[in-house]
Parts: sequence; C-alpha cells; structure tokens
Amino acid sequence: MARTEKKKDVVIVGLGWTGAIAGIELADEGLEIVALERGRDQNTVPEFKYPNQIDELRYGVRLENMQHPRMQTVTVRRNDSEKALPYRSLGSFLPGNGVGGAGTHWNGLLWRPQPQEIQLRSYVKEHWGESIIPEGMNLMDYPVTYDELEPFFTRFDQVAGISGKAGNLNGKIQPGGNPFEGHRSQEYPMPPLPRTYDSTKFEEACKAMGYHPFPAPAGIASTAYVNPYGMQMAPCNFCGFCERFGCYQYSKSSPQTAILDALKRKPNFTYRTHAEVLRVESAADGKTATGVTYFDHATQEEVFQPADLVILSAYQLNNVHLLLVSNIGKPYNPATNEGVTGKNYAYQMNGGVTMFFKDATFNPFIGHGANGICIDDFSVNQNDFGKLGFIGGAYWRSGAFNGQPIRSMSLPAGTPTWGGKWKQSIKEWYGHSMSIGSHGSHMSYRNNHLDLDPTYKDPLGRPLMRMTFNWQENDLKMNQYMKLKAGELGRSMKPDLIQLGFKDVGAQYDVRPYQTTHNTGGHIMSSNPQEGVVNRYCQAWDRHNVFVMGAGNFVQNTQYNPTGMVGGLAYWTVHAIRTLYLRNPRPLV
Amino acid sequence: MPDSTPPSRRTFLLASGAGMALSGLAMPFHASAREAPVQLDKYKPEYFTPEEWSFILAATARLIPSDGDGPGALETNVPVFIDRQLAGNYGSAGDWYMEGPHDPDASPDRGWQSPLTPAGLYRKAIPAFNAWCQLQWSKDFKDLSGEQQDEALTALQKGEAKLAPELSFFFATLLSNTKEGYFSDPMYGGNAGMQAWTYIGFPGARANFKEWVDQHNVKYPLGPVSIKGERA
Repeated sequence: MARTEKKKDVVIVGLGWTGAIAGIELADEGLEIVALERGRDQNTVPEFKYPNQIDELRYGVRLENMQHPRMQTVTVRRNDSEKALPYRSLGSFLPGNGVGGAGTHWNGLLWRPQPQEIQLRSYVKEHWGESIIPEGMNLMDYPVTYDELEPFFTRFDQVAGISGKAGNLNGKIQPGGNPFEGHRSQEYPMPPLPRTYDSTKFEEACKAMGYHPFPAPAGIASTAYVNPYGMQMAPCNFCGFCERFGCYQYSKSSPQTAILDALKRKPNFTYRTHAEVLRVESAADGKTATGVTYFDHATQEEVFQPADLVILSAYQLNNVHLLLVSNIGKPYNPATNEGVTGKNYAYQMNGGVTMFFKDATFNPFIGHGANGICIDDFSVNQNDFGKLGFIGGAYWRSGAFNGQPIRSMSLPAGTPTWGGKWKQSIKEWYGHSMSIGSHGSHMSYRNNHLDLDPTYKDPLGRPLMRMTFNWQENDLKMNQYMKLKAGELGRSMKPDLIQLGFKDVGAQYDVRPYQTTHNTGGHIMSSNPQEGVVNRYCQAWDRHNVFVMGAGNFVQNTQYNPTGMVGGLAYWTVHAIRTLYLRNPRPLV
Repeated sequence: MPDSTPPSRRTFLLASGAGMALSGLAMPFHASAREAPVQLDKYKPEYFTPEEWSFILAATARLIPSDGDGPGALETNVPVFIDRQLAGNYGSAGDWYMEGPHDPDASPDRGWQSPLTPAGLYRKAIPAFNAWCQLQWSKDFKDLSGEQQDEALTALQKGEAKLAPELSFFFATLLSNTKEGYFSDPMYGGNAGMQAWTYIGFPGARANFKEWVDQHNVKYPLGPVSIKGERA
C-alpha cells in the first residue's frame, strides 16, 4: 500500500551531526540526496530563541527537546534472566529528536580518543599480555588507526568550531595543553574560553599534586568564528543552558550552527521531517539495499523511498534497531558469542566529587556545557592495567555547566530531602559547592547486548529493542580507583565538606537518574564479517550500499564523550564513499 | 509561540553593567509582575477535587514549610503548579510509553512501571494515604497536627505507610513536583514572584554572564528575571 517516491541517489536516515556531514559532503559530488528526519524541523530561531529556551522545567525536566518514549523507546533488563521492562519515561539516557538530533542538546565536549584506545586490545596484549583480559570482555581493536583518522578528527574540529589548547602538535608537547593526547596536525580553531572560579581552584590543586591540567576541549565558541562551510559562530556568554537545551545565540557547535544552513542551500539536497524510517529494504539477492520505507506522520501513510545509497545516521540505539528490524547482520547471540547485530553495547562509567566551601561564592549558573579544566593523568594511556587490576581510565573535569535549581542543587549528604531543614540548607549551600567529574571508559562484554523485545511494540507495530545491560566489575574497579585518587585531590583543596559519588563493585544499573547519553556499540566496526556489522569504512558487510554512522560503530566505549570520534568517523566514512565507493560501488573490504 | 513582549534587554544589560556597584547589597524584593500571581485561597483547581486539593495544600506546606527564612510552598503557589501540571501533558503521561503489560511490582530501579499516569497516581494515592492516616490517627492527613503530618510523610517516604505497588512512586512524585513548582519559571503557576529564586540567589532567565566569568568569588548582584520579563 506504500506510496513510492521518486528515486534518489542517496537517502539519509536521521538529520543530526552525521546525517548533516554526509549530506553536505555528498552534495558536493552532485548526487541527488534526500534526508528523512523523524522529528520536527528545528532552527536557532524560532525553536531555540531567547528567552523561551531558558526554561528548566520544560526542557531540562519535562525534556521536550528529546525523543519521547511514546514514539520510540527500548526495554531494559540487567541480565538474560531478568524480565525486560520498558524504559517508559526518560532517565538514564536522553536520545534527541528532530533536525540536529542530540547535537542540539549536548554539552559540547569534543574530544578525540587516545591512539591507545583505538588499538586497545593490541595495547593490552603488548604491555601486559592477553591474560589480564577478564572472562566475558569482548576487548577489540578498531580496524582503523589513529593516524588514519587524524585528518578527519581535525576536519571535524574545524567544522564544529572548537575552543581549546593543543597539547601535542605533530608530536611536540605544548605547554598548557593535554600532554597525554594523540598528536594533532593543527591547533584548535579557537583559543580556550575564560575560566570560572571552580575550575581555577581545581587547576591550582592539580598543579600542586603534580598533575597536568588543561582547558576542556569545547564545542563552544570563544571568539567570532567562520567554519569551512562559511557558517558563523559567536562567542558564548556563559548562559548556563547547554545540556538539554538548544543554544539561543549561535555559540554551541551543532548541526544548526555548523552545517545545516549551508546544506539547505544546496539545490541537490532536500529533507523531509516527520518521516520516520521503518526499515531498510533489500534487493532479492540480499546483497544490496533498494531504499527505505518510512512512515509519513503528516499524511499517515507508508512511503517507499528508493535510493542507490543508504546512510543510516539515526541515534545509536535507533540505528541498531533499524538494522535488527531490517535483518541486516546476523543478530548477536551472547551464549555463543556469534552473530553481530546488537553486539558490544557499551556505556560510560562516571563518578564525581562534590566539595562544599562555606565562604566561597561560585555563581554556578555562570557556565557552559564544556566549561572547565581537565586532567588526563588517570586516563587510559597513563594507567598500569596490570598493577591496577582493571582495563580503562577516566578524564576528570571541573567547571560549572549549569546552576539550574531543580536539577542542580548539591546539598551535604544527610540533609533531609524536605521540610524546614531542607529549606534552610538550600539557602546555605546553593552556590557554595563545586565538583570534579570523573568520566570513564566502558568496555564491551558478552553480557551487554541489544536485540528485539519479544513482548513490547512501538506505535508503528515494530518490536521495541531490548537492552541487556549491567555494570561490570572491571569498570567498577576503575571507578573505585578514580574515587580514591579524586577524593585525595578533593581533600587537598580543604573543603568544609566533601562527598564522593562513585558506583562500587556490585552496583546494579538503575534507569532512573540521568547518567549519560553515550550509548555505544551494537553495529560495531570489525576487520571481518564474523566480528562486526560494518567494515573499517563503516560499510555494512552484508549490504555494500549501506553505510552506518555514529557511536554504534564503537567496538567499546572510550573514556571520552563520543561526539569527536563520531564526527571524525563520519568524515572518514564519507571520504571513503567519495574517493573509493562512488566510482565503483562494491564492498570496500 | 506568542509571548508577551519582554521588557527591553537593554535595561538588563545596563543594570548588569552597574552590577559592581551593587555587589554585596541586599536586593529589595519588588515584584513587578504584569500579571499578579493567583491567590491560593481563590484558586479554582483544574484537576484536583476539593478533597485532593486540601490534601495537596496540607502536604506541600510540610514539604516546604513557611516557617523560618525563605518562602514556603504555599507562599510560592506550589499547589497551583502541581494542579496545572497534572491537568496537562505531564499529568496524562503524554510523552511516555504506557503500553502494557505493566509490572508495578518491579523494583524501583526499573523506573516507572505503574499503569497509572501521574494524574492517575495522585487520584488513587491520596485516598489510599488518607486511609492509612485514618488507621493510625482516625483522621485524614489534612486534619493531623503538623508533627503528625511530618510523621505520616516520613512513613510514606520510607515505604512504612504501605500503598499498593502501583502507587509506590507517589511520595517521590509528590516531592519532585513540589520542588519543580518551587523552582520553575513562574509562568507555570509556582515560584510566585520568583521568591524561591530570590531566596537562593538564582537569576532565572538572565542567561547572559560573559562579563561575570572572570569575577571570581564575587556574588552576582542582580535578582532574577522570568521568561515573560518580570523582575524580582
């Protein structure tokens, strides 16, 4: 019954960061492109304009900018024997929705992984031997090297428009930057942002301990900036409304500020909103895709969009779901460790230290999502895994990113949660605390995987995806080490009170509190079709005209926020399509 | 969306430029709301029945009491906020996945698994909690002494006042909604006159602090503004 649209050269599924990158780069090849976006259109004006966006309740708490579970969600269980239950209201992670996707409501932390994280299995093997890899951990190398990706990381840095200080320029360590990072071929496009009080206190404490502080790599403009597509960014005014909000003043890197207006001017590019892709359609021989079928929410009908090339650039969870319902890649079976689609789902292992200073005034509402000073002294390439008993690491950051009082009211442990003492305490402590966040790696395990739920369906009749996920001992041990070291640093700052929030061994995954929207894996890259869904160019092993973008490609999660890797991989993939695939469409590996 | 025109941004910027001189002075509270907050005793609830309304007035008054420094839930119209939220999209779980089967007995860390919407939760939980109060004191919650009310709420929070599994999130929901009403923009009915923001020193929707980043350990001097342009 589906209506059929006119055939296009390329169909892009999801118009966030990676869909926009694919669109603008492939448009330069003269291809006819259509992007299908499930959500609404979104622009800085009117959707994100001042003062409407400065609304903690509507966007920070009721989460209007996010994917609504009513439309799409997952079920969650902690292990194979637990009954999976729907993630009915958002808590632990917040997938985006609408044009710009999660790239509109992120915090702007734009990292690139360490070279050792890209070749982690080999790094472990070389230094400690494979015997230290715990049973059940699917530790892998990416089938691509840091050196191969470096030009594409740099390209994304320039397009996104990021502020910071290089620590390693072409192998030379630079004062003021991160000495433990992989080499950069170019300095950051913009200098670091000015520092808030908390981050300067943290920086002093780090120096006193002999650590190596550097400004957080920020997808937040520190100066006026024009990117390679001619898009303009303006310096951030520290409004304190990044995470969960669209930026009202063109300061935060996003598809809107960095790509979309330039893309929309291309005559060979069009996009349709409220077009929710249901599945990828395959040719009879099962070797290629013929296009996608979507549900047009405006006309309430199914539409077939034929295309020669299919780019899946939805959010990680939605990409994996599409692959599963489209029968692309054999579903992963944790019992045998065979199959690929849904394999190696991973997340992020985070913790934090909160320090209260009676006599200090932090004005916590002055900040931005990527504010602050970081250290990498406890990162993956600094830790002796053999000695410490875990594989992984974390970066630490201190810098206020919002002071919104519903969500960001730090009170000393033991304070009653209501009543007269609570009311007294909010006056006493609001604005008098600062924190250090520890943002840690998360490995992949047989126990953590994605498949289709046997019970629950979405409104369009598809099975929900089922997430089987729990915290694993290796990452929890890493977190406990961070607790020890970050607690030490926190105490050296002599706060009146200090409290440590780090999950301990035995912690169970709780879907309620927000943790992070860094869901990874499920359609991982691999050097052969038995181990992953896509090859080193993020091309589906099973359908050579399907390329899959995003953090689903991660073989395990790194210690960093994923967007830098996601953007770098997108440019790497699009480059391969432009230089290798278009002239001779075929499996590239 | 059609908004009332905010007062000139320039006024704020000028005020902000004069900020240093004001630093450290207590800012007098002078609400210049163009639309005065509703009076709680004259408010006609959109969602709550009269019985539910008297429970909400009594319960929120204990969760954020009026005594001591700072405004309480009643001075800030928190009950109005909760009523309007439950009458709207939040109350009907408009954005949530509510398909069955439901498993209200699931452990709390599995998230909301009740078949009830937030509005439905209040509707069923208030009489159930009143029934528990009747067993203990032969009175509805609203007729208990303040001390007894605190005792009852504590029992509810700790799960000692046992309600049906589908009502197990009631206390957490009531407390969250109360704090949301206290701290959200006044256009949602609570935080009347931005009193809660003024009390803790949150400047609301000012959202422009570039010249303040470098002023370390100096209290930001200006009071809050709201999304609709009120000043406190």
